[in-house]
Amino acid sequence: MHPIIKLVSQRLALGLLLLFGASALIFGLTEALPGDAAQAVLGQSATPEALANLREEMGLNRPALTRYFEWLGGILQGDLGQSLTNKLDIAESIGKRLGNTLFLACAAAVVSVPLAIFLGLLAVRYRNRWPDKLISAITLTTVSIPEFLIGYVVIYFVSVKLGWFSSLAMINDTMSFGQKLNAIALPAFVLTLVVLAQMMRMTRAAILNLMQSAYIETAELKGLSNFQVIARHAFPNAISPIVNVVMLNLAYLVVGVVVVEVVFVYPGMGQYLVDSVTKRDVPVVLACGVVFAAVYIGLNMVADIVSILANPRLRHPK
Amino acid sequence: MSDTLLKVRNLKIGATVYPPGEKPHDIEIVHGVNFDLERGKVLGLIGESGAGKSTIGLASMAYGRGGVELTGGEVWVNGRDILKTPHSDIRNLRGGEVAYVSQSAAASFNPAKKIMDQVVEAAVEHKKFSRKEAEGRARELFAKLGLPDPDNIGDRYPHQVSGGQLQRCMTALALCPEPDLVVFDEPTTALDVTTQIDVLMAIKEAIRDTGVAALYITHDLAVVAQVSDDIMVLRMGNTVEYGNTDQIINNPQEEYTKALVSVRSIEHEEKKPTPDAVLSVEGITARYKGLNFDVLHNVNVDLHPGQTLAVVGESGSGKSTLARVITGLLPPRDGEITFAGRKLSGDLKGRSREDLRELQMIYQMADVAMNPRQTVGTIIGRPLEFYFNMRGAEKRKRIVELLDEIELGEKYMDRYPAELSGGQKQRVCIARSLAAKPKMIICDEVTSALDPLVADGILKLLLDLQKIEDVAYLFITHDLATVRAISDSIAVMYQGRVVRYGSKSEVLSPPFDDYTDLLLSSVPEMHLGWLEEVVAHRKMESAGN
Repeated sequence: MHPIIKLVSQRLALGLLLLFGASALIFGLTEALPGDAAQAVLGQSATPEALANLREEMGLNRPALTRYFEWLGGILQGDLGQSLTNKLDIAESIGKRLGNTLFLACAAAVVSVPLAIFLGLLAVRYRNRWPDKLISAITLTTVSIPEFLIGYVVIYFVSVKLGWFSSLAMINDTMSFGQKLNAIALPAFVLTLVVLAQMMRMTRAAILNLMQSAYIETAELKGLSNFQVIARHAFPNAISPIVNVVMLNLAYLVVGVVVVEVVFVYPGMGQYLVDSVTKRDVPVVLACGVVFAAVYIGLNMVADIVSILANPRLRHPK
Repeated sequence: MSDTLLKVRNLKIGATVYPPGEKPHDIEIVHGVNFDLERGKVLGLIGESGAGKSTIGLASMAYGRGGVELTGGEVWVNGRDILKTPHSDIRNLRGGEVAYVSQSAAASFNPAKKIMDQVVEAAVEHKKFSRKEAEGRARELFAKLGLPDPDNIGDRYPHQVSGGQLQRCMTALALCPEPDLVVFDEPTTALDVTTQIDVLMAIKEAIRDTGVAALYITHDLAVVAQVSDDIMVLRMGNTVEYGNTDQIINNPQEEYTKALVSVRSIEHEEKKPTPDAVLSVEGITARYKGLNFDVLHNVNVDLHPGQTLAVVGESGSGKSTLARVITGLLPPRDGEITFAGRKLSGDLKGRSREDLRELQMIYQMADVAMNPRQTVGTIIGRPLEFYFNMRGAEKRKRIVELLDEIELGEKYMDRYPAELSGGQKQRVCIARSLAAKPKMIICDEVTSALDPLVADGILKLLLDLQKIEDVAYLFITHDLATVRAISDSIAVMYQGRVVRYGSKSEVLSPPFDDYTDLLLSSVPEMHLGWLEEVVAHRKMESAGN
């Protein structure tokens, strides 16, 4: 068997195993919390009889392991259960909100990934000179400021003072694509600022590391220009570390948007999770946890697989 | 237009050094060098490390490696001084007029790109040829350089061809844009001797057929004698001697050149094997985890007390694996090791402290075998504490004794490894292993990373110490000159097997088996025309078969 197929299938299997572990962990942790769904529905003042009845009704008296596998079986069939508070199907609610979150994350990624890599290449080209220092200073500043603060500062200047964009990033199905883009411009901008620095610094570091290689000297001695040397000879070998940090940041864009979504009142997964936690809506929290875990593990798995594919020794065995 | 392609006048090269704890300051590493190179001629630059030979070679491309700067003088290429020409012109010069072949083709090829893309890149970039023409020319060069399947080898990635083949590809890369001058920087040093001879011949023929001029940089005078018209001997950035090849080899004027020509002057009288053996390796078969084939097959050798067994072979022959098995790092699949009369456990964990003490090891890379944050005294003192529980004045006295034995002396006690030269570092490693009072030391390529004269000093020291301490050496090397210099018995390894084993005089006397014959005849000899003789001899033999 081609070693690539073997390695990739190993990664896939490992990813699934990890996801399975994550689901158990999420379920176990919510189980370990004081109180249960019945308690959450009936509130603190419920009588023991009422609680017992509801537990019976909801099947909470059965062993945790049985309930876990039932829950897991449901997930595998696309059934995430029902919300306790509004009795709506969770899969449906999550589907819409996940779509919104992914839309925001994609918009931020489309801008930030190429920008970060380009800035990284530029920083290498002018390393230790003023463009490099300027790029590093700006990106490090933006990553050092908490995102909610950037969010409010941006709202204050761009929406309140200048009035260019709305401070509320509300979107719905009736809006056109352009209108949606307009609505998410500010949160996407804030997210870009947050993830830019790490990707740019990593690109810079990965390529600088390679610039010491003998084959870079060979390229320089062929009379290539500095940028040709970096883009043609250093970059292809830096793909693996760059993809890893890009995926880590993409995962952050999906999983870590909670704060930004709340600041801009964006109807995404983050908002949904925060709402459900305040309402103690355990099934929704569980479902959100699993979706986040799946996104995180999935993206990192993609990074692993791209790294494998980017390795010429594996792609073209002897 | 004159016939002088490269004219170097009073070239001075400097660098900024950053010594730890001191202010950075500028030093000069080449102090005013002059030479001329005519079209189609080959000039050999020879010297030990630090002589500035690579730096001078790269100066002909107006290139300074690392922080190196060309601080003064003139370098004329094709009638212009390239130290004063604008940067855009330098780019035309590099790869277009002057090309470079480095020591390690394996590191100098980009692992992510196909060989062909890299070979034609300079020719296309400088608009010497269209991509299609360049590829055609590359295939011609591949064929001329004796590469297998020249039409398709360019479609491979660097890791898919062998080291010797890659070195030829590198030569093709340099010749593809039809440069006027090629700088060969130790192009065969990293290769096995049997591979070196073919690559050397291929390079020599390519130079002759294309009429390109060359600077041939090496530390090996025997190699440069085979390819160059003139030789310049360099030492610490100064010209020692500059003349035609015949004169330098056969009639050297300067003491330093004479020392280089007559290097490996150590004579060692072979000792007769004694009936008892300090180490006896019986039927060892071993493989690495994850491999489905054996790396060692049924290896049997004996080492007698106070003597030296040289294990010689090329890369991949299994000689270092044998050392790993003997030290217990790689438990064998089969076979037994008897050491100092007792059976050794195959696994390191099963060995007693006494086993560890009596069997020491010295490595090829002395600088990575020492903790850079420890002083020489601490490094040598560690085995004294560990094995003999020595402390204070007693330990100090013993350290000084050892430092005297390795001819360094007490003043080195508080120095750090970074403050020592390569040869001095290796001496400290020797002292560290002697501190354990071993019965036997495994020396794994201990002189390969050193310059010939320094290596000679280390070998002499090892022989002297053997007389004093009565220690046995298992000497692993690929260098037959080293083997001749120090061994009492020899085991020749090839593809995991011992193909020839016996006393030095037996192993090195005919009749030879095929592999030993190939190995012995591949060692460059210091006389003109050796390369042609060997190649002609081999052609005749293969025609005869």
